[in-house]
Amino acid sequence: MTEQLLASLTDGLLLGFVYGLASMGLSLIWGVMRVINLAHGATMVLGMFATYLLFSAFGIHPYVALPIIVVLSLLFGFLVYATAVHRVINAPYLSTLLATFAVNMMIIGIGTAVFTTTPRNVDIPVGRIQAGPVTLLSTRLVATLIAVIVTAGLYLLLYRTRPGKAIRAVANNRAAARLMGISAFRTLALSFGLGTMLAAAAGALIATFFPFTILSGAGYQTKGFVICVLGGLGNPTGALIGGLILGALEGIIPVFMAVNWVPVIEFVLFVLILLVKPSGLLGAR
Amino acid sequence: MTRAFRVILVLSMLAALALSGCAKATPAPTATQPPKPTSPPTAQPTVAPTPKPTPVTKTVVIGFTSSKTGSQEVPSTGQTRGLELWLEQVNAKGVTLPDGTIVKFEFKTYDDESNKERVQQLYTKLINDDKTNFLISPYSSGLTDAAAVIAEQYGQIMITTGAASDATYKKGYQLVFQLYTPASRYLTGAVDLLAKLDPTAKKIAIVHENDKFSTDVVNAAKAYAESKGYEIVLFEGYDSGTTDFAPFINKIIGAAPDAIMGGGHFADGSTFAKQMYEKQVKAKFIALLVAPPELKFADIGEAAFGIIGPSQWEPQAAYSEASAKAAGVQWYGPSVADFVSAYKAKYGEDPAYHAAGGYAAGLILQKAIEDAGSLDTAKVKAALDAMDVLTCYGRVKFNTSAEAHGLQVAHEMVYIQWQKDASGKLVKQVVWPAEGKSADAIYPLSR
Repeated sequence: MTEQLLASLTDGLLLGFVYGLASMGLSLIWGVMRVINLAHGATMVLGMFATYLLFSAFGIHPYVALPIIVVLSLLFGFLVYATAVHRVINAPYLSTLLATFAVNMMIIGIGTAVFTTTPRNVDIPVGRIQAGPVTLLSTRLVATLIAVIVTAGLYLLLYRTRPGKAIRAVANNRAAARLMGISAFRTLALSFGLGTMLAAAAGALIATFFPFTILSGAGYQTKGFVICVLGGLGNPTGALIGGLILGALEGIIPVFMAVNWVPVIEFVLFVLILLVKPSGLLGAR
Repeated sequence: MTRAFRVILVLSMLAALALSGCAKATPAPTATQPPKPTSPPTAQPTVAPTPKPTPVTKTVVIGFTSSKTGSQEVPSTGQTRGLELWLEQVNAKGVTLPDGTIVKFEFKTYDDESNKERVQQLYTKLINDDKTNFLISPYSSGLTDAAAVIAEQYGQIMITTGAASDATYKKGYQLVFQLYTPASRYLTGAVDLLAKLDPTAKKIAIVHENDKFSTDVVNAAKAYAESKGYEIVLFEGYDSGTTDFAPFINKIIGAAPDAIMGGGHFADGSTFAKQMYEKQVKAKFIALLVAPPELKFADIGEAAFGIIGPSQWEPQAAYSEASAKAAGVQWYGPSVADFVSAYKAKYGEDPAYHAAGGYAAGLILQKAIEDAGSLDTAKVKAALDAMDVLTCYGRVKFNTSAEAHGLQVAHEMVYIQWQKDASGKLVKQVVWPAEGKSADAIYPLSR
């Protein structure tokens, strides 16, 4: 039992880092611009497919492809912001919700037409380290490392650079930030781009673990919402911790009951937290 | 606000357009469809004393959906290829009815996207708009179960292939006929094989897809294994579409079984096998449903080695006119070797069982029409009810009782294992039943 718990918990936590990475994107976009990005899951899948295409067509290793995907997704984020989100940014939540949902449907629609819904795999050789009952797979370890590095990078960006400070200022008070000469459009576009980038990067990493289809995003997006609530909405570092909590739950629950219970418990918890502490476990506000 | 709303409206319309573009049904393949002659090919000029009446050519429309996209794409493609090969062969001559009518066949087919709702819409469309005469099932038990209702409601005969679940045939249907060995007999042979290989093995872990077919299979296998004195140390289902098997694999490792059985369909089964290999699960015997007999299963490389899978049919199958005679049943259709070489010539690869099943669906319908001497549904149904025949696909006989009409009663499974040939290349070998095996099973698996 202890051995199984240890193995299962490790698997869950390693996965949790990547969940966390993806949810930071969701959390950042909400925190800065109060937009619930329903294209989050679809963006993750774009990251997966970018990895797949670069790997299968050009033989580029997923880890080498990651910087390319990061740049492309940042640009894609700007594009989505400028075309779909910016014009409705000051409208009620429902408008931005629908705008991002429309983007989601477009990605899925075009993706289904181009790629079909056939499962894809990025087949790279997987090394393993055996530590007692725990088998650590190289893909998971590298993904964890990358998730930590990206989180640190995001933290540095937000707290140590001018654009980062602008993002935080806009998040805090958009009107006041604008009065201080900060361009709201540029800052919001950057935030949306960063959020999109985080989702795509997480997708690119997940592509090295699991097979995926163009429709895989929905499941990860739902997890993303739970994680954001766990970690506190609008708090990117909280999202990483939320991801770890969710990963740990996914590791621990199956040891004691059927795996089918995992989503039930996750969502019961989700509702409970919303009831007791709507700003999330680590939510400051 | 109105401006924002306009933007949303435009975006939603664009999304709807994109979606409708991908939901468009795939038109029927026409490559294998021969021109429909209204008169027979011109005969050699002979001086005929009395002009013979021109034989009438009738075109029979056979409708089915295939999963060109979605999780069932791989096996469904095999099934469709088998059907297309049959169509090409049967249309070379056509079927001649007693009244001299030459019957030629035509397919109408759409992509069901591996989706039940689509299947029901499309079969209704096939019957009403495309005016089908007979139906073939889609691939997989779930999709077939959805399609069978439509066939029965509209009174059209449906030959099912790629659909092993028993439940569909226990609903009182009269026009649905199953070619596959039913799910209840799918893994029982694996239990027998395990018993033969290792009488000391006692513990089996069963992890299966939570769908109709896999649940039917494992429930029957569990009951059978328990009746043979095995202890089922783990019995758990996973959702269709599961990609992360780590929680199940950790449970399996915790339960330390001698054998692992289960799986579901191709996508999940191959992922499950791959992840078990990545985690170096120590089991002596692994038997999974559906995925292993597919040639594409070898794409997972080393992870495929040693995996056993029940198969409806294999190219090494020893069905022949002689074995038909020995069993006292009629032989029908080409020999196994002829089928395999024709398939290979057309598609450049060996047929897997899904392809043989597809081919057999056409062949059995052809046989029933010949036996009935008519295209009338009631007469063809009577011919199917009376059928007991051996083909290159194996023996086919349907249950005609009221409780389980159409259930397959004569067809038998074979079990394959991925082994390595002298050059280290992964090859499929038949390891069970003993009388049909092409190699001894590798046991225990060493990882």
